Amino acid sequence: MDGLIKFPENWSLDIATPIDAGIKTISSQFAGFFDGVNAFISFFLNLAQDILFLIPWWALVLIIMVGGYLAIRRIGSAISYGAMVVIIGLFGYWDLMVYTLSIVFVSVVFALVIGLPYGILMAENKKVEHFSLVILDAMQTMPSWVYLIPAVSFFGLGRVPAVFATLIYALPPVVRLTSHAVLHVDQETLEAAKAFGTTKMQALIQVKLPQAAPTILTGVNQTTMMAVAMVVTSSMIGAKGLGTEVLIAINRLEVGRGFEAGLSIVFIAIVMDRLTQGLAKSLPYNQTRKA
Amino acid sequence: MPAKIEVKQVSKIFGTRGGKVLETLGKQFDKQEVMQQTGHVVGVHDASFSVNAGEIFVIIGLSGSGKSTLIRCLNLLHRPTAGSVEIDGENICDYNRDQLRELRRKKVAMVFQNFALLPHKNVIDNVAFGLRVRGENRQDSRKKALEMIEMVGLAGYENEPIQSLSGGMKQRVGLARALANDPEILLMDEAFSALDPIVRRDMQYELLNLQQKLQKTIVFITHDIQEAFKIGDRVAIMKDSKIVQVGTPEEILTTPANEYVERFITGVDKTQVLSVRSIMHLPGCLVQLRDGPKLALQEMRLNGVSSAFVMDQALRFKGIVNLQDTLQAIKDKQPLESILVHDVIEVEPATTVSDLVPLAQKSPYPIAVTENGRLLGIVTKSAILGSIA
Repeated sequence: MDGLIKFPENWSLDIATPIDAGIKTISSQFAGFFDGVNAFISFFLNLAQDILFLIPWWALVLIIMVGGYLAIRRIGSAISYGAMVVIIGLFGYWDLMVYTLSIVFVSVVFALVIGLPYGILMAENKKVEHFSLVILDAMQTMPSWVYLIPAVSFFGLGRVPAVFATLIYALPPVVRLTSHAVLHVDQETLEAAKAFGTTKMQALIQVKLPQAAPTILTGVNQTTMMAVAMVVTSSMIGAKGLGTEVLIAINRLEVGRGFEAGLSIVFIAIVMDRLTQGLAKSLPYNQTRKA
Repeated sequence: MPAKIEVKQVSKIFGTRGGKVLETLGKQFDKQEVMQQTGHVVGVHDASFSVNAGEIFVIIGLSGSGKSTLIRCLNLLHRPTAGSVEIDGENICDYNRDQLRELRRKKVAMVFQNFALLPHKNVIDNVAFGLRVRGENRQDSRKKALEMIEMVGLAGYENEPIQSLSGGMKQRVGLARALANDPEILLMDEAFSALDPIVRRDMQYELLNLQQKLQKTIVFITHDIQEAFKIGDRVAIMKDSKIVQVGTPEEILTTPANEYVERFITGVDKTQVLSVRSIMHLPGCLVQLRDGPKLALQEMRLNGVSSAFVMDQALRFKGIVNLQDTLQAIKDKQPLESILVHDVIEVEPATTVSDLVPLAQKSPYPIAVTENGRLLGIVTKSAILGSIA
């Protein structure tokens, strides 16, 4: 009788056990593969870190100010972006900032290398689109912490699983917006291109991508912001950076320290956001610029 | 001479089972009903016409009548569900992908209602687009593009970004882009419909001007009957996916196929299109020069008019005699020759009625329509008034 109203207790579906078993098998069977990937990602992480440390601090501030000016075209804003980075340094977080930035950069570059072509493929192929939309929905609604678990199983603790988890978390926006942008270019210009006898590739490169570029760059901006957010979370699995400071501050209930670290993350987010947004606006034919 | 484009029983049904739906359609069907019952949209149904080389063929209809679908069947932007489209005797529906691409690159170019220019390229790169697509090198295509830009009157604007141009200028770029490929056939889909009236008139004039030089085969879509009659050598009228009538503007004006066409052409300034030929009639009162004044008088009496048209034996028009002079001539025993009025206005049969109106005001007599001196008919003032009403 009970089973008619309450969900029957003896009904059960256990996918946790097989998934655990699967992950375990994969990580042991393909240990060599993961070691390779680990080395591969580490190489880029070190490269990004080395470059960022090689640049003198004032040069980095200058680059950010010039970039900010080119993006926004306001001197005041440009100076404030420089100031934000200086403040992070004053908090004593310069090195941590570089660690965080290098993870963000590497994750974003990987996300773009995978996401841009995939988004285009999705736009050009209906079957790929249907199947991918489901996966993208899942990727975006799954709590971000969940990605940390397999990342650790595959790569252990540290920066590499952080890149892996960040990549998965930050990938959907650029895929979605690229696909959307390519699908929704002006149909008449596309028709015109066809009427002049373009091949599929010519239409894509000469007509679709240039027109889709502003929206695609919005996707790049979104992906970057997601990556910044995830990098903080991934400090939980030992990726050293600004997130680590937040984590320590929480454990020790040090409000001031937490605030300093938190503020630094906000500053990084603002600077990254404005710089990548500026990319989109700098396109000469971008309609939004008129407004 | 065989037709340049031969469209045979082309139908286009939008939807996955278009062919099946087409089979169920009878001669008469309601688009709305078909849509509700099958979910398929009838774009074009059973359209047949041919376009001669060097001709401007206009397809006109209200929006939703299927004219844009039909023109897209001519370069297979829409693939017909049934029927064939032959260009220079080859059915392009049988073309494979490469042949079709070749056709679009070399033989058929298109101009679009909303210009469909590439916003990220400037004027010259837009004009050179078709040339670049078909693989011509940058230098040659820019050179050719520059010539085209000059031809459509945009010299000096070649490096302007597209957004900085007005609508009329944008469409000149669109036209230049199409002409740059040196196509034999030009498809113009409502090419001037997005332009304001004055610019539009300029563009119509410009097109006719260019056509004099280029002699392309042009298929032109419009919803404006004035525009259709102004630039079209022949016009096809479409209604509810079907072609209702094909003919020269004059044929359509004088013998509209049905009530719909009649309603469509009301409001047209007919005098611009109608020629004298279609409103002239044979004079009832005709005499020959060798006939005497007595015979002329009798003719006038019989017909109840006060003047008679005079011809010689070879039927060449000589002039008019009026009643008063004829009576006088009978009294004086003079021949008709002596009383002939010579200053009768003569026009050719192709003269438009609008050109006739100012002439008719000057002359007290009807106007004579002659061809190589032969009298074909006369136009009375009441006939002119009748044609305007």
